Amino acid sequence: MANIPQEEYIFKTTSACAGCSSSLCLRHILKAAGPDSVLVVPACCTSVIQGIYPNTAFNIPVYNVAFAAAAAVASGMSTALRAAGRKTNVICYAGDGGTVDIGIQALSGALERGTDFLYICYDNEAYSNTGMQRSGGTPLGAATTTTPGGKTEGKKDLDLIVEAHDPPYMATACSAYPIDLYKKVEKALSIEGPTFIHILAPCPPGWRYPADKTVEMGKLAVRTGMWILYEREHGQLSISGPSKNAMRKPLPIEEYLEKQGRFKNIDQRSITVLQQQVERHMARIAREAEGIC
Amino acid sequence: MLTIATGNKAVADAVKDAVPAIVAAYPITPQTEIVEQIANYVASGQLASKYIPVESEHSAMAACIGASATGARAFTATSSHGLVYMCEMLHWAVGARLPIVMANANRALGPGWNIWAEHTDSLSMRDTGWLQVYVGSVQEAYDATLMAFRIAEHNDVLLPVMVNLDGFALTHITQSLETVDPGDFIPPMHLPHAIDTGRPAGYGTLTAPGDYYRFRWDIERSMRNAVSVIEETQDEFGKRFGRTYGMTEEYRCADAEVVVVAMGTLGKEVEIAVDILRGQGVKAGSMRLRWFRPFPDLDLAGKEVVVIDRDYSFGFGGIVAHAIASKYDVPIFSVIAGLGGQEVTYDDIAGFVRDRRPGDEYWFGVDA
Ligand SMILES: Cc1ncc(C[n+]2csc(CCOP(=O)(O)OP(=O)(O)O)c2C)c(N)n1
Ligand code: SF4
Ligand SMILES: [Mg+2]
Repeated sequence: MANIPQEEYIFKTTSACAGCSSSLCLRHILKAAGPDSVLVVPACCTSVIQGIYPNTAFNIPVYNVAFAAAAAVASGMSTALRAAGRKTNVICYAGDGGTVDIGIQALSGALERGTDFLYICYDNEAYSNTGMQRSGGTPLGAATTTTPGGKTEGKKDLDLIVEAHDPPYMATACSAYPIDLYKKVEKALSIEGPTFIHILAPCPPGWRYPADKTVEMGKLAVRTGMWILYEREHGQLSISGPSKNAMRKPLPIEEYLEKQGRFKNIDQRSITVLQQQVERHMARIAREAEGIC
Repeated sequence: MLTIATGNKAVADAVKDAVPAIVAAYPITPQTEIVEQIANYVASGQLASKYIPVESEHSAMAACIGASATGARAFTATSSHGLVYMCEMLHWAVGARLPIVMANANRALGPGWNIWAEHTDSLSMRDTGWLQVYVGSVQEAYDATLMAFRIAEHNDVLLPVMVNLDGFALTHITQSLETVDPGDFIPPMHLPHAIDTGRPAGYGTLTAPGDYYRFRWDIERSMRNAVSVIEETQDEFGKRFGRTYGMTEEYRCADAEVVVVAMGTLGKEVEIAVDILRGQGVKAGSMRLRWFRPFPDLDLAGKEVVVIDRDYSFGFGGIVAHAIASKYDVPIFSVIAGLGGQEVTYDDIAGFVRDRRPGDEYWFGVDA
């Protein structure tokens, strides 16, 4: 903890819900990034929690943009800044909807063009800002306001999509492990070219658990293997500490699912499918880390 | 320098002479030659811009927005489907007060696929808050593009400008072109609200009903300012480079009893039709509308008006005809002609005038 700067770039006046993990993550991200940074934010909870004009709870330039446009706006911004000889960090902070759904094309384009920026997707597995509708990032079996009976399809694998672009650095993170996140942001920003971090960011009203259980929810995601922490630097994958431990003896996923109202009515078949997916995913990541894939 | 060029090449040359910091664009017929030419200028070192080969027009405008927000000059070009695909970001550029310049090769919208000239693409973006100019010749395409940067970036305007040129009818025809050395005609861009990490601010944050309308009014105030900035810029251009432009281009209007209003290349055809009509004893004149936004003051008092719309607003009428009808109490014969590249000759235009039926609408080629 000692190395994390005292400076705050997000004041306590945000309008985020109690227990909001994505705003907590952003606090650490900005500490790692420092003041010479611009945040590009598409429509999502983060566009709302800044507050209402003429006030803002963020003490950093924030460029709010249309839902699908974050990565492309960042592309133009970074190109112009670099052309002017400026090293300013350009960081997109986008939700899962703005990333895996409507923003996927712009993200893919910016990655492919080698844009010098950091794209961070905070994944709360739904369109939270508009009232918890399903997104491509919503997992199988989760109830949302547009999948009242539970989602019948699985979660889109954003990381595989990003990996296919072969960025110099990509990582996963989770709000329950802020120091891990902090270090990953620092590393991503030290690398030139497109870098990417995918954060699992539990959302109390969306996932339907008490606000004080946000950290626990993130930890359970990692301990069950529902979420794996790793980083891939120039194609070299290394599993991060908490997941290394968890993957030795993962908890059954029920321990994660049963604490969230959104999985209240999930059926046994879906649980089995999810468990199998988790095992396959862990095996694939483990094989890659050992260099045997 | 005197050369010959297509309309597309003229736009690319104007961009080369205005030296935007970034160009972000996506190809589409009939605009493609603009972006190819610019990419060539960049690759050969003749133009010190960064060319961002975006994956879509939505991203082209988004990238221009991101660049412009840092205070950098930005340009893009598109057409038809590309333009309407950008629609969301066209609104964004205006609200964010970014002086982006764009060339639009006017083209019909599908289906069916049609790559020929029509103005419905840009006119359907009428209410975004972009300034819109329509040009009628290769030289004018160059001159208007160059001037667009100065107008957009003027402190009293700070709004984006769209330069419209007819697909194929102008983008692909060859005429003589005189390029200029703009010198300080286009001063360095200074964006007062450029992103500055030393002065952190929130851009485009939530804005409540008590404030939002103020920003809208500010846009309208700048639109109104734009008229004098355009006139002053065009006058200055005339003084420096010898070619003068107005909000409209008028031909034999002074003593005309009937005035034909059109935009783009059809507006040029009208001038020939006017000569024919005059030879037949019809006191006709041509008023080619150059600027559509901001909409100019037109001197139509006491005249009959024939408006040729190369566009249509379904369930309502010709867009230019209705713009004029809403502002001036004059008898109007509304002609819908040239859609999707439909051929319209000066003889046809002379016919519209001779057979005019004030108060009526007439679809050229349709038996009604
Ligand atoms: C083009 C467009 N379509 C829809 C919306 C409405 N909208 C705003 S935010 C949002 C959901 C955002 O979800 P996500 O990206 O996951 O972020 P979160 O709200 O969960 O933080 C939607 C659908 C919009 N602003 N723009
Ligand atoms: S809805 Fe979820 S993501 Fe949005 S502010 Fe509340 S807790 Fe945070
Ligand atoms: Mg979300």
